[in-house]
Formats: sequence, C-alpha cells, structure tokens
Amino acid sequence: MATYKPVVVQAIPKLGERITQDTVYWRGYKTPVQIKEFGAVNKIDFSPVPPYNYAVTASSRIHIYGRYSQEPIKTFSRFKDAAYCATYRDDGNLLVAGSEEGSIRLFDISGRAPLRQFDGHTKAVHVVGFLSDKYRIFSGGDDYSSSLWDIPSATEIVSYSEHTDYVRCGCASKVNADVFITGSYDHTVKLFDARTKSSVMTIEHGQPVESVLLFPSGGLLVSAGGRYVKVWDVLKGGQLLVSLKNHHKTVTCLCLNSSGQRLLSGSLDRHVKIYSTTSYKVVHSFNYATSILSLALSPEDETIVVGMTNGVLNVKHRKPEEMKEKSQKKRQPAYRTYMKGRTYMPKQEDFCVSKPVKRVLRKYDKLLKSFQSSKALDAVLEPPIRLYTPEVTVAVMQELHRRGTLRSALAGRDEKQINLLLTFVARRVIEPRFTPVLVTVADMLTDIYQPVVGQSAIVDRQFLRLQEAIGKEIDYQEELLEVLGMMDTLFATFTKKNASYLEENRSNGLTETVETNMNN
Amino acid sequence: MVAPAAALRVVRCGGSSLHGARAVFSADSKQVGLGTGPFSRKGEDPKLSNDGATGWCHRGLLLPGGVLRRRVTAVLLPARYLLCASGDFVKVYSVATEETLRLMGGHGDRVTAIQLNPHNHMQLYSSSLDGSIKLWDFMDGIPIKTFTVGSKLLALYALPSLEDSVFVVIPKSGERDTFQLVSVKLTKAAAQDLEAKELSVVLDGVDASPKHIAFGRESEYVASVKEVNLQVYFFKRKQLNRFSVSAIKTKSGSNHFTCIACHPTEDCIATGHADGKIRLWRNFYHKKEYTFSTLHWHHDTVMDVAFSMEGTSLLSGGVESVLVLWHNESDRQKDFLPRLGSAIEYISMSPDGALCCTLHSDNRITIINSNLRFSKSIQGLIKSADVKTGLVVDPRTKALVLNGEPGHLQFYCLQSDQQLFSLDIVQRQYIHQAGLNQADLVKVAFSAQGKWLATVEEREEVTDPELQLKLWFYDEETQSFKLNTRINMPHDDHITDMCFRDMDELEDDSLILVTTGRDCVFKVWVMVEDTDPEAQQSVSWSCDFVGSYHNYQATNCCFSEDGSLLAVSFEETVTVWDSVTWDLKCTFCHPPGKIRNICFGRLTCSKYLIGATDCGFLCCWNLLSCALEWSAHLNILVLQPDPLSEHIAAVSWLSKESSLFVFKPNEPRPIYIQRNLCKEKIQLAAFVPRDEPETIASEKYLWLRRSQLFFLTDTQELMTLSTKSLEERLTPSSKQLAVEESLSVTPFSLLLGKHRRQQSQEDTDHGKLVVHSKHKQDSPAVKELLHTPAHVLPSASFLCPIFINSLLISKENKSAVEAADEVEMESEKSEDDSDEEGDVTEMEQEDTSPMELLGETTCKLSKSQEKELRKIRKMNYSWISAF
Repeated sequence: MATYKPVVVQAIPKLGERITQDTVYWRGYKTPVQIKEFGAVNKIDFSPVPPYNYAVTASSRIHIYGRYSQEPIKTFSRFKDAAYCATYRDDGNLLVAGSEEGSIRLFDISGRAPLRQFDGHTKAVHVVGFLSDKYRIFSGGDDYSSSLWDIPSATEIVSYSEHTDYVRCGCASKVNADVFITGSYDHTVKLFDARTKSSVMTIEHGQPVESVLLFPSGGLLVSAGGRYVKVWDVLKGGQLLVSLKNHHKTVTCLCLNSSGQRLLSGSLDRHVKIYSTTSYKVVHSFNYATSILSLALSPEDETIVVGMTNGVLNVKHRKPEEMKEKSQKKRQPAYRTYMKGRTYMPKQEDFCVSKPVKRVLRKYDKLLKSFQSSKALDAVLEPPIRLYTPEVTVAVMQELHRRGTLRSALAGRDEKQINLLLTFVARRVIEPRFTPVLVTVADMLTDIYQPVVGQSAIVDRQFLRLQEAIGKEIDYQEELLEVLGMMDTLFATFTKKNASYLEENRSNGLTETVETNMNN
Repeated sequence: MVAPAAALRVVRCGGSSLHGARAVFSADSKQVGLGTGPFSRKGEDPKLSNDGATGWCHRGLLLPGGVLRRRVTAVLLPARYLLCASGDFVKVYSVATEETLRLMGGHGDRVTAIQLNPHNHMQLYSSSLDGSIKLWDFMDGIPIKTFTVGSKLLALYALPSLEDSVFVVIPKSGERDTFQLVSVKLTKAAAQDLEAKELSVVLDGVDASPKHIAFGRESEYVASVKEVNLQVYFFKRKQLNRFSVSAIKTKSGSNHFTCIACHPTEDCIATGHADGKIRLWRNFYHKKEYTFSTLHWHHDTVMDVAFSMEGTSLLSGGVESVLVLWHNESDRQKDFLPRLGSAIEYISMSPDGALCCTLHSDNRITIINSNLRFSKSIQGLIKSADVKTGLVVDPRTKALVLNGEPGHLQFYCLQSDQQLFSLDIVQRQYIHQAGLNQADLVKVAFSAQGKWLATVEEREEVTDPELQLKLWFYDEETQSFKLNTRINMPHDDHITDMCFRDMDELEDDSLILVTTGRDCVFKVWVMVEDTDPEAQQSVSWSCDFVGSYHNYQATNCCFSEDGSLLAVSFEETVTVWDSVTWDLKCTFCHPPGKIRNICFGRLTCSKYLIGATDCGFLCCWNLLSCALEWSAHLNILVLQPDPLSEHIAAVSWLSKESSLFVFKPNEPRPIYIQRNLCKEKIQLAAFVPRDEPETIASEKYLWLRRSQLFFLTDTQELMTLSTKSLEERLTPSSKQLAVEESLSVTPFSLLLGKHRRQQSQEDTDHGKLVVHSKHKQDSPAVKELLHTPAHVLPSASFLCPIFINSLLISKENKSAVEAADEVEMESEKSEDDSDEEGDVTEMEQEDTSPMELLGETTCKLSKSQEKELRKIRKMNYSWISAF
C-alpha cells in the first residue's frame, strides 16, 4: 500500500555561475581595503614568517604593511629612482630590491639603511630574488643579463648574457639551491644552474614573458606572457603541458595558493583568474577596478593583495570562521544515543517488532494530505516560504491546480490576502520557471475577483502593478525577438562568406545567450 | 514430414478484465489438533456476489477475476484460502503466501459468481454465463457435479437454510435487459452432469449485478435494488415491500442504488448510492413506517458495502480507493484505510471476520486485517486504463514492462504470472477522483543492456501539455533504477516515439537517445560527463542535436542494428540520418498515406528498412540502392522485429479480425500466416527472448525458436502463440496445498504446533519414547480405574496417588513386550488366586487383551505399583463379597 507522496518541489538549475566549493571558498573575503600608493605597484611579497607582513614596491619606495594596518609600518625609501621587486628571504629577515639605476640593495627588516649594495647591471634591474640556500641572490636586468651574487662578499659570482631582450621576471627553485629561472621579453624562459656557465634549458613561450613561477615540487613551470598562461613540465625537458587563454589582455602576474592546488593569474584586463592545478579550468575569478600589475596571497590564503597600475593597493581579508555559533549550539545527543541497539543482532528466540519509520511532513504536505486546499495555500504564503523559497509556493499552487482545487483555494479571501497573492504573482510571474503556473493563477485571480474591482484601492493598485509587470515583459520579449531576427540575418550572411567564422561565434556562446533570453 | 500434431495456437496468457466479483475466503477448518470438529454454522446469510476479476488467459481460458463469497458467518477458524473467479476459471490463492495454488477450469464462459456450499465448507458453487452451475471440491480441484440450467447465469446465492436449492439471476426470457431472481432446485441424483430445470421465480425486475441483491438475517428475506427502487421480499410471509428514493441529480451524480448489504443479525439493510451516500434501512416490514438513516463520507459512487461478521461495523469503498470502516452505524466514528491503489470494486469478509479483502479495478486483491491494517496484496498483471507505453521487454530480467498503477511502471514476470516490482516514475500523489487530469507515463525505452531507462510522462493540459523526460540509471547496489536526469519540456508538444541506440559493446560513452515529437523535430540526447570532480553525479544527459524535415511532425524513430543510421519518419516521409555527423542521407516515401511504423532489418537483412503506412501498405526499402524492394497491400497495425533473428512480425487488421504475418525482409513472401488471431484489435506486440532455444520440429514455426511473441489486445488481454497446450503451461500445485494444510494460524495452534513439532522430532530421534507416551492412555492403572464400575471403587483419596503415579513416566525403559508378558502372567496369577471374583477378572482380561492386540503398546507402570493396585482390588472385592 502506498504512503502519501509529498509534493515534489522542482529544483531548477540556476542559470549562470554555478556554486561550487571553490566559489564558496573564494567568496569568503571581506570587502577590500584600498590603499593608495605613489605609483604603479610592481611587486607585492609576503613575509614567509608570522605575522606575515608584506612588502609593496611602488615608485621609489618599499612599504611594509602589517596584516591589518592601513598605514605602512615601515618604509624603505633610499632609492633615487623607481625600486623594483622587493622580495623577502625565506627566514623573513632580509629584503632585496632592484632599482631603476641598476643597483641591487639588500635591507635588514629591522634596519633602515641597506646592508649591501650590488652594482654590476648597467640598466634597470626588474627582478631580484634569493636562492634557496639564503646566501646568494639572482637578478635580471634590462641590460639583457642575469647575474648571481654572493651576499657575504657582495660580489658577482656569475653573469649570464643569453637573453636577447629585457629580463623582467624570474624565480628560484625551492628544491635545488643552484637553480633559478628567468623570463625575458625575447619570448623565452631560461633555466640556469649556478654550477654551469650557461643556461641548461630554454623554453619558448611565444610572447614576451611577464611572469614565471615554479611549483613547490620544482617539476612544473608556469609562464605568463601575452594573453597566455602556459604550464611546462621541466623534468620532461620543457614539454608544454597546457596553454591557458582565459584573459583578453596581457597576463602580468602569477601566484600559487598556499596548498598549491590553485593557480592565480592577474592581468591588465582587470581580472584575477583562479585555476585548478589538476584540471586547469577556471574555478573562480575576481574583478578589479583597473589593470593589475602584481598579486600576492598570504599563507593560508588569509589575504589577497592586488597592486594596480594606478597605484591602488587592494587588500582583501578572509572572513573569520564563525566559531562562536558552534559553541553556543545546543548540545546534540551523543553518537551512541543514535547508535543504541542498531548493532544488536536478534537471537533465534527473539521476537522482532518493527517500528515504522516516522516520516515528517511539511505543514503544507500535511494539509494537502487531508485535502485542505485553502489552508495549504495559506501555509505556503507564510513570509519565510513566500520570500525565500518561492518555488515551494509555486509547486503547491501547481499541485492544487493538478487536483482541480486551485480555484476554490484562491477564492473567498479578504483584501489583505488578495493583496498578498497579487504581490507575489506580480513579482514572480516574469520568472521563466514560474511563468506557466503563475499565469494560470493570475488568470483565476482576475476571474474570481473581477466583480469586486473598484472596492479596494489596495487591490486595484496590485492589479495595475500586475498589468504593468506583464506589459513590460511582453515589450522585452518583443525586443529580444527583434534582436534575434537581426542576428539571424547577420549569421546568414556570415555563413555564406566564411563558415569558420560562424563556428567561432557559436563557441563564444553568443547565440546561446540569446536563446536563453528568448526562453525567458 | 512436417506434421507435428500440435498446430500453433493462440494462448491467452493474461488479460485484465476485472468484471467484478467478490472473492471468497475459504472457511476451512481442518486445523489439526484443535479438535473442534465440524463447524457449527449458525449464521445464515451468505451472500454471494459475483463475477470475474481478471486475469490471464490461456487460449480460450480467460482467467478473470474473483468471486469472493461474502459473509459466511460463524466459522471459527481463520481462512487460509481465497477463492476468486477469474474469467472462465476459479482461482484458489493462499492467504499466507499470496500464491495461486489452483486453477479450476471447466466452465465454457465467464464465471459470474462463486459461493461456498453452506452445508459443506470444502465445496464451492460456481455459476457461469454458459448456463451451468458447478459444485467443486476446491481442495482437490475436482468438479463434483455440474448442473445445467440453460440460460445465462449472472449471479448465484446459496443459503444455509435451503439445502437443495440455490438462487440465481437469469435474464428474463423474451425481454432485453430485464433480469429475474429464481431459485433452482438441485437434484440429488448421483450422476455428475445433471439438468436443473426446476426454476421458480422469486423476484422480478432485479439488476444483473450481483452487488444488487442481498439475503437478510436467517434467510428471512431477500433485498434487491435497481435504479432508485429497493424491494424486499419476505419468504415466510410471501410479502413484497417496495421502497424508493426520489431521484435527484446533483453535481456529484444521481442517487441511484449501487450496492446492497444486509445486517447479519439484525433487520437492517445498508445501501450504497451513486452520490456517495450510504443509507441504513430499518423497519422495512412496514410499507409506510420504514426509516432510514444516512451516512455520507464518499464523494463519489459507493462501489460496495459489507457488514462485519458480528454486524457491529460496516465497510464501504468506492472510487476514492479508501476503505471506510463505520463503527456502530454512526456518522461520527469511522476509520479509514486510504491509498489502496485504485478504485475498490468489491469488499468481502472472511468467515471468521479476521480478514477482509477488497477487489480493485486494476485487477488486484488486497487483504486487510481486522484492525484495518494492510496485510497483503495479490496481483498479476495490473490493468491500467490505457497501455500507452507499449510492451517493452526489460533486457535484464526479461520481464514485460508496461503501464501499471497510475504513474508507475510494472515489471511483469511472464513465467510466474507475477508482478516483479513496480517503479514509481511520476512520484506524485495520485488523487483518485473521476475527471481529474493527472500525469501519466506515456513512453518507455531501455538501453540494450538494461542499464538505462528513459521514461516520458505527460499531463494533458488545455493550453500546453506538461512533459517530462526522465532518465534512470540501474543501480547495482540497490538493484533498482535511480533517477539520473529529469528534463522538463523536452519537446514543445507530445512525444511520439523514443529509442536508444543499441550498441552492445560501447554502451558506456556512445549511448544516444532519440525522441521524436509532434513539434516537428527530433532531438538527440547524449550523456555528458560532469567535469567538476566534486559533483555528485558523474554523468547527466543533455540535448546534442535537433533535426527537422520540412516542418512535418516526427512520428517514429528507429536505429539500425549497428547504430550507424537513424531512421525518423516525418508524416509521409522516412528520413535516414547518419548517426555520427547527423547529416540527412536519404529519404523514402510511399504516397499517399502517413508512415505508421518503421523498423530496420536485422542480421543478414540489415540493409532493408521496413515501413507500414496508414493507407494499408507494407513497404521494404533497400538502403544500398535507395529503392523500393517490394511492397504489399496490408493494413498493418503493429510491426515488431525479433531482436534475435531476421524475422519481423506484422499484425494486420482486416475485416474485423487480426491476422499475423511473419516475414523476412529479404523475401516478399511471408514465412508464416495466422489468420483470425483474435477478434479484437491487437494493440501491441513484443518478442520476449527465451532463456534457451526451444526445440521446434516444424520448419514453419522455426521463427518461434529463440523468442516468443506476445500480444496485447484492445481489451487488454495478453496473448501468446505457443505450440504447447494450456495444460502443459499450467503447473498443478497440489503439493503446495498439502503443505498449506499443516500451517498453523491461531496462537493456540501455534503453541500446539510447537509442541507437536517437538514430538515429531523426538519421534525421529528415538522411537521408543513415543511408545511410552502413547502408553499414558493405555496404562492399566488408568484403564482399571476407568473401567471398574464406580460402585466397586475405593475412596477417591485412596486412588489419587496411584492415579497420579500412573501418569508419571517410569525411569526404567522396559521393553514393551516384556512388560506385556508380565501383565499377562500376573493376571493369570490373580485368576488363580481369587476364584470367587470371576466376573471381575473377566473384565481384567478384557482390559489386557487390547494391549496384547496392540502388541508393542505396553504398560509402563512399575511392577510394585501394579501389585499395589491388585492388592487394592483384592481388598475391595473381598470387602464387597462380604456383602
């Protein structure tokens, strides 16, 4: 014998962005804090040790910001011209920066004056960094050369002049203390080993390389240049794994999140895209006000800092996890309460009495079960259901219509209830998923309450609002039809000229968008 | 050479015409161990209601429905069998296991009523439209007697008070649609086939339905209803009272009578009405001063009412499929058993009142406990209003799949005539109310391995239909189908056909589903892997291609055997598409006339495409030459290819009879023709693969070797073609019946049964012990006590310890023979000792002699005890002799 089947509330997939764990995670940041710097922010680097201060290089200064400070807690301003690429050492005690005049300076975090100065580059040094043994520094300059420096003696160890254009980015391997990589505007990325006289590997990126990144394992290399982000397998001799083309302007910066599972890229097109490093699909993206030059993520992804061309530093902090509510929550019965008796195996002489599982029905289901149509409709017009889950309200209306009792459920209501019903219908009737049902409801409402029109100003106003909403929707649909007609003619002409062009258009999803709108 | 005697015959394997009959619970009482002998049957108003429920018919044997006998009062033991008329048969079901135990055939037409013989509860009367009454022994399934009445019998009633006659309803001679209730004298001659021509009219102008007549308390009166009139005839006073209710037509219907029941102990008649009211009539001895009260809960026709055995409560049921229990005949106290599945047509009570059963309009019997709890249901092929899904074979279970309960898909096992399971597709509460427009299942398709199931449900709506396409995945773990994807409004208009691409090896990735719709397009649906690793489901379905042809409605679709070509028919034209690029390859048409069916040839004939058109042409096109190969002028209704061979079966409808043609596409001459398959239109057909190829001698029937052909007719009877006769197909189940008998039902018999079981175990273990226990009754001490005249016995207090002792089991296990010898010896001695008491010793000898006769049965009384007893006896006697 069948039991009562509850009303099926149809879950309709939402159009547009799908909510995944990633979107939930990356949306968990507070509204950004904007800090104005003196010039374009070319580098942001987080200190690897708590309290995770970060160094921001902009114009001729390096500012150190604390985690929540809006004002710099320290400033290094001993540069005559622009400073570049202030980078922390692994222990967070030293900071190195290049400069426009070609010198590299090493600072102690606690001091103000540079500890060392490395001169040798003839032009601006845009990239500097520590090797993972902490005692050497690599650098790349606009004089096409990349060099290696010894910190204690402040001397150049080796200089490579293999690039044929500006060296603008680089990074050191965390696994091997002798290996570092530089990317250049000559479209190549070169891998150097300090023990050899020349580069050990050259990777052809295809566009001027703006940023390079090595995975913590040292096996994968990411390079960004032009609109492309490319991932290379270093261990296989620089084989291209995947090429990502998700930005429509030059990609300027790259960064990995703390777990190494996500890759972030910032671009001049004002977007930061987050990729999964397993599927290399975009899982989320951020939108910023202006073109992005630099990007950094603090350990544990607590803070995202983005530097832009107009000198604005955009800082987003993660929302604190809501721990308080959990502690205040009423203590649930212990696990063993639920498990009590579950594992008991009945013995042979035991007499088993099965207890039917009690099903909990929603209020409207209970009422529908006992055929109380009007009350069921009342139940789903309660504010929480009506406002937050309109699909439940509509599903119950549909069920009533199916049972042939919708008319009687709608009839015989007072001014307040009619007002409520009409407000709901006028607001939701234009939503495509509700339209078929609510049009019927609106029809019936007009039929039933037509004789009393004019008796209540409130009801009359609602009827007018409904008319207005429907009128607007019809106009909108007509407009869309016109657009569709125009596009059809356009496509027809394109097809004749160039079939492949049409293909491309399709892949852009233009037609699909139009169609969805039409359905709306 | 070609002459295996058996010609191919059409075998009806099931139909669903529940004409309405109450089922009957057996009143059997052969409970072992209880020792309540024959039943005392006090109550006497067995009312019979009639006629056939549905069923499965095997050639000419319809097995429709059930006649349940209603109210056999005062039978104490729980009923174990349920008897039910089903077409031409009477079926015996076990109440405990729901199995069909026996199928009793012999009537030449539909069985209209069955009723237990009130004078012998192991016998059953049945009446049929063929004009005969049969008396059956339903335990053995043997017809005992056949009484030929002559005219059609529409209902039968047997009363406990009348031993030699029964009441039947027959059409009045000379007038159409008028019926009379007559009593038939059943002659007691010994012969098996008897004529029963002694008819006497009791009531005129009765209704044909058995629900419209009921016999009252102690068979004092009979009540009958027709339209708005109620007539009550009192047998003793020979008085006929007529009452009527004023005919009112309301929104919910007229207030015509629909059913009647009489109170078992009081003078009270309950009538059900078409407007949902139940009226309780009293005081109907008076023509004027009668009274009635009204009970109203049903909103639609009351289909049947029944009183409980004691008459304290009333059961009623109707279209709502809710069984209502009215307590104390009051409007206030009532209990409900809702959602019984479909409209209740008949209600019957078991004789002991512990169970009641309802017969439903969808060919199902529900057994319900006395406390109104659902207990069991007996169901074969569920009858649904319209089989829209077609006959589909589930590749996994080889079960036939078609519409079942509203919104459900039934999986029907052909071998066991049982429903395997019912899959809820619509998943919405079904409201049992006439005139409601609710979603129903219209199309179903299985993928080749049965891994995927596609269903289409639709709800007719004035403006636009509500359509849903659902795709179900077979979950190995739960062994059932699980909903994978639901697509709302897959087409803008009705879906006309649907098929999967059958690719055996490549099922996983390349599975394709095609749907055709009246909105002039066909759509191709493909599986899409979900790229998000965190998503719950890995695959879902989405639309891949939409094709159309000159804005014609798409009517049929079909994939070629290798899946490379798709044929879609658009009204008059068949289009053939490449299933990889979705290019239109070629078109065929045979004007005038729209395409009704299409199918591809298989195996060696895979280059042919067969199509049947509206205006009566069967065409075969060659796909290689793109030309018409041959055509035949036949009005084909059904075109069904055999999945395991090249054969194609076509069923035509010509001059009011259906004919079957089996052919191979490569030759225009049919292999097999069966004219006059049946009188009804064949609606659907399906080839069901056999488990193992059958050995068929005749070349003519070779096409039946690997699969079997089933048809469903307009009247929803399922038929098949078979070389075997019906008898071979039916398996007698006398064994089951025997097992049944030893089943214990009451708590007491359970207790007893346990004890007995233990005993029988001991029996097997050590036979000797059994001997001992038997001795209890035979022990000499007890015997002597019982057999010695009371006036010679000593005081009771003296005898008591001996008696008690005798009941104890002695410790030493003496061999039976030894003990017997001893007794004899002793008795001889005693003879010697006391000559004076000759008469007494004689008695003793009498006592011992049966023991000797019994042989092994020996006394188990210890020697000392016996001696003591003897002493007492002697004492007594001497004391008596002194007198």
